[in-house]
Amino acid sequence: MSTLEPTGGPSSLRLTVAFLSALLAHPLFAQHPESTPTTLAPLSTPAHEIFGLSLFVLLITGAIFFSVSGLLVYVIVKYRARGGESEHEPAQVYGSVQVELAWTVIPVLIVVVLFLTTARIIFAVEDAPKPKSALDVTVIGHQFWWEFRYPGLGIVTANELHIPVSSHERPEPTYLRLLSADVDHSFWVPQLNGKTDLIPNHPNEMWMDPAEPGLYLGQCAQFCGVEHTKMLIRVYVDTPDQFAAWVANQQRPGVNDASAAEGREIFESEACVNCHTVAGTAAKGTFGPDLTHLMSRATIASGAAMNTPASLHAWIQNPNTFKPGALMPAMQLDDRQVDQIVAYLLTLH
Amino acid sequence: MADQTLPISAPLPDAEAQRATRLEWLHSWVVTVDHKKLGILYVVYALFFLLVAGAEAIAIRIQLAWPNLHFVSPEVYDELFTMHGTTMVFLVGMPILFGFANYLVPLMIGARDMAFPRLNAFSFWLTAFGGLLLYFSIVGGFGLYGMGNAPDVGWWAYAPLTAKAFTPGHNTDYWALALIVSGFGTLGTAINIIATVASMRCRGMTLMRMPLFVWLMLIVSVLTLVTITPLTAAQIMLLIDRYLGGHFFDAQAGGSPIVWMHFFWIFGHPEVYVLVLPAFAIANEVIPVFSRKAVFGYPAMVAASVGICFVSLTVWAHHMFTVGMTSVGNTFFVLSTMTVGIPTGIKIFNWLATMWGGRIRFATPMLFSTAFVFQFLLAGLTGIMLSVAPWDWQLHNSYFVIAHFHYVLVGAIVFCIFAAIYYWYPKVTGRMLSETLGKWHFWLFLIGFHITFDTMHFVGLLGMPRSIYTYEPDRGWNTLNLIISLGGFVQAIAVLLFAWNLIYSYLRGERAGADPWDAWTLEWSTPSPPPDYNFAVDPVVRSRRPLWDLKHPHDPDWKYEQ
Repeated sequence: MSTLEPTGGPSSLRLTVAFLSALLAHPLFAQHPESTPTTLAPLSTPAHEIFGLSLFVLLITGAIFFSVSGLLVYVIVKYRARGGESEHEPAQVYGSVQVELAWTVIPVLIVVVLFLTTARIIFAVEDAPKPKSALDVTVIGHQFWWEFRYPGLGIVTANELHIPVSSHERPEPTYLRLLSADVDHSFWVPQLNGKTDLIPNHPNEMWMDPAEPGLYLGQCAQFCGVEHTKMLIRVYVDTPDQFAAWVANQQRPGVNDASAAEGREIFESEACVNCHTVAGTAAKGTFGPDLTHLMSRATIASGAAMNTPASLHAWIQNPNTFKPGALMPAMQLDDRQVDQIVAYLLTLH
Repeated sequence: MADQTLPISAPLPDAEAQRATRLEWLHSWVVTVDHKKLGILYVVYALFFLLVAGAEAIAIRIQLAWPNLHFVSPEVYDELFTMHGTTMVFLVGMPILFGFANYLVPLMIGARDMAFPRLNAFSFWLTAFGGLLLYFSIVGGFGLYGMGNAPDVGWWAYAPLTAKAFTPGHNTDYWALALIVSGFGTLGTAINIIATVASMRCRGMTLMRMPLFVWLMLIVSVLTLVTITPLTAAQIMLLIDRYLGGHFFDAQAGGSPIVWMHFFWIFGHPEVYVLVLPAFAIANEVIPVFSRKAVFGYPAMVAASVGICFVSLTVWAHHMFTVGMTSVGNTFFVLSTMTVGIPTGIKIFNWLATMWGGRIRFATPMLFSTAFVFQFLLAGLTGIMLSVAPWDWQLHNSYFVIAHFHYVLVGAIVFCIFAAIYYWYPKVTGRMLSETLGKWHFWLFLIGFHITFDTMHFVGLLGMPRSIYTYEPDRGWNTLNLIISLGGFVQAIAVLLFAWNLIYSYLRGERAGADPWDAWTLEWSTPSPPPDYNFAVDPVVRSRRPLWDLKHPHDPDWKYEQ
C-alpha cells in the first residue's frame, strides 16, 4: 500500500503536515527546534511506520470532520429561526430507514479499512524479526533515573543511551529489553519509536534503527512518583566510529587518579558506596547510577542538570536543590569535603 | 380523551402558610426523601466541587504556563492533578448527572417519586460522605515520602506506586475508601433508577415511548452496576495489599501491576460512557425542542445507545496499548474500540437530521448543545486516532490524550451540563436564567475551551508527556503552554459568570411559568417548580411527546410514530 510507505501519504496531505511541522518549528513555538522531541519528524523505522499510518488516519478522519462539520454549519445557517416567520411548527419527520441504513453502512466500511491498515502496522512493528546484527540493551527504570546495560559488551551506564546508527547497507537496530526496579515507567523518545512501559516482573521489548546520527530527547511517560518530571532520556545515535570509541572507553576500568585520593577516600568512607558503583573500587552499590565513567556523560540526575563541577557540587550538597524528591539523600558534608568528592568525580572519565 | 388528564395547573395555593423557619427549612433538606430535592442536592454538591476542581486546574495551568515555574512544589502538583481528576470524575461528573436523573426521570415518566425514596436519600448522603472523606485527606493523610497529604498517585493510581513501600502515608487509603464509599452510593442510585424505570412508568408510557433521556439514564445505570463493581473490588484488593499482607499487585511476590490496570480500566473506560451518555440524554431533549422537530430516528437512537453500552465493555485495554500486549491482543482492542465509532456516528447523524429542516431557536441551551455536537465530533475523531494502536504508542500519556479526553469531558459533557442547567433551571426554580449572561457565558467558555484544548493536541504531538510539574525550556513547548493556560483563565471567567447567573436569576430572574420552552415531555406539564409528588392526577400518554399531542390535537404524534 503506497500510502503506508515511510514518507507516504498523498502529496496534499504531506504538504499539510509539512506546513504544520514548519509552523510548530517556528521560533514562536520551538525555541530550539533540534531539541523538540516531536512525533512529526520520525527518524527510525518504527517511528516512520507510525507516522505514515498516522497520515493515512488523519486523511480519513479529516475528511469525516470536514464533511460532517460542514453539514452542521449548513444546518445552523439554513435552518436557524428568523424573525417574521410564521409561528407554524416545521414539518415533523420521524426518521427514514434508508437514510439511517446508509449512515450506518458507511462508517462500518470506514472502520474496516482503518482496522486492516492498523493491524498491518501493529504486526510489522511488534513482530518484526530481530536480525543477528542487532545490539541488545537492557533498560531498567528506577525512581527517577534510567540504567542501561549492554550485556554483550559488558557496559553499565545511566541516563544517556548510546546506540549505533543503522542503515540499509549495514542494518544495526537496537533492541531494548525493558525492566523496572520499582514502579511503572515508560520509555519514550518520539523520533525513534512510540513508547513502551517498564513494568516490574513484566519484561517488555522495543526496537529502533535510527537513520541519522545525533542527540534525541525523550522522557519517562508513565507517572512514577515525585520526580517523574525529571526522568529525562538522552539517546546519542553514534556513527560506527563514534560508537566504537564510546564502547572502548566504557569498557576500560575506572580511572585511579592519585591527585584525587582525598576525595576518593571520603567517597568510599561515606554512604556513597552503598548506592553507587565505581568499577575497580570498593564502591559496589547498585541502587543509584554507575559512576565509573561519569564524566563521559553530558548531564547528571537523569538530565536534570548539565554535568559541570558547579552542578555536581550543588547536587552532592543537596540533591533537592534541582530535583526535589530525588531519592539520593543530602550527605551533610561540609564544603571542603564536597569539593574533594567533586574533584574525585571529575577524574572518572 | 386520555390527554385531558394531563394536569397543567396553577402554582399551589397557600404559599404563605407553607413558609417555615430557617431551621425547619434546613432540616427539610437533610431528611428529605423527595427525588426533586435530592436531585437539587446532587447538582449543588457537584457544582461546588466543580469550582474546587476547577480551581485545582487553574493552579495546574499557572504552574505550567512557562518552564521552571515554582508556583507549587512537585509534591503539591502531584496532589493537584490527582485531586482534579478524581474530583471531576467522582464528585462532579457522576453526582451531577445522577442529580439530573433523580430530578427528571420520575417527572418524565409520569411518576410521583423514585421507586425507593429512602435508598435515594441514603445514596446521596453516602456519595456526599465519600467526597468529604476524599478532601478530609488534606488534613488527615500524609503522602509520598511523607511530603504530601492529599492523594498524589494519579486518579488512575497505578500499582505498584500505590504499594506501602512507595506510598507509606494514609492519603492513598483515603482515596481508596472515598471511592468505595461513593461507589456504594452510586450503586444505590443506579439500582433505584433501574427500578423506577422498570416499575413506575405512567399509563401508556411503554418502553418505546419513554423520552430518550430516560432511556439513556436506564442504560447508564445498567453500565454503572457493571463497572463500579470491579472498581470497588480493586480498591478492596489494594487495601488488602496495603494492610493485610496481600500481594495482588506486588510484583516481587508474584502479583501483577497489570492486574490493577485491567481492573481499573474495565471500570475506567465504561465510566467514560457513564459520563457521556447522560450528555447525549440532555442533547436528545434540548436539540429537538429548539429545532421544533421530533428527534430523528428514535428507534435507531435507542439501539445505538444500547449498542454503545455493550461495546464499551469490550474496549478497556486500549488504555494499555503500551504495556506490552501481544500483537493479537492489541489488534483485538483496536477493532473493538473502532467499533464504538459506529453507533456514536449514528447519533451525530441523527442529531444533524433532527436539526435539518427545523426552525432552530438559538437560546442558550441550544447554543451549548450545538457546540456539543461539534466538539463531540472532534473528540470522536481524535478517539479514532488514539484507537490506532501504533499511533497510540506515540500519543499515549501525552498531552494529545489529555486534549482528547478533555474534549469529551468538557467539550461534550460539561457543555451538555450547562445546556441542561439553562434548560431545566426554570423548571426547578420557577425562574429563567438571564439570557444575556448566558450568551456571555457561552461565548467566553467556547473561546476559552478552544484556546486551551485545541492547542493541547499540538503540544502532545510535540512530545510533551502528562503528569509533569514542569518542562525543559528548550523543548519548544513554552508558547503553546502559555496559550493553553490563558485559555484556562478565559474559561474560569465564564464559569464565574455562570455562577453569578445562577444566584442572580434565582433572586431576580424572570418568572418562567410551567412551559417556557414550548416543550413536549411530561415535566413541562407540571408547575415550576413542580409540587410535592409531581402530578395531581396520574398522567396517561399515547406517544413520545405527550405535550405535543395536547398542543396539536389535530396532528398528534401517535398517528405517525414508527
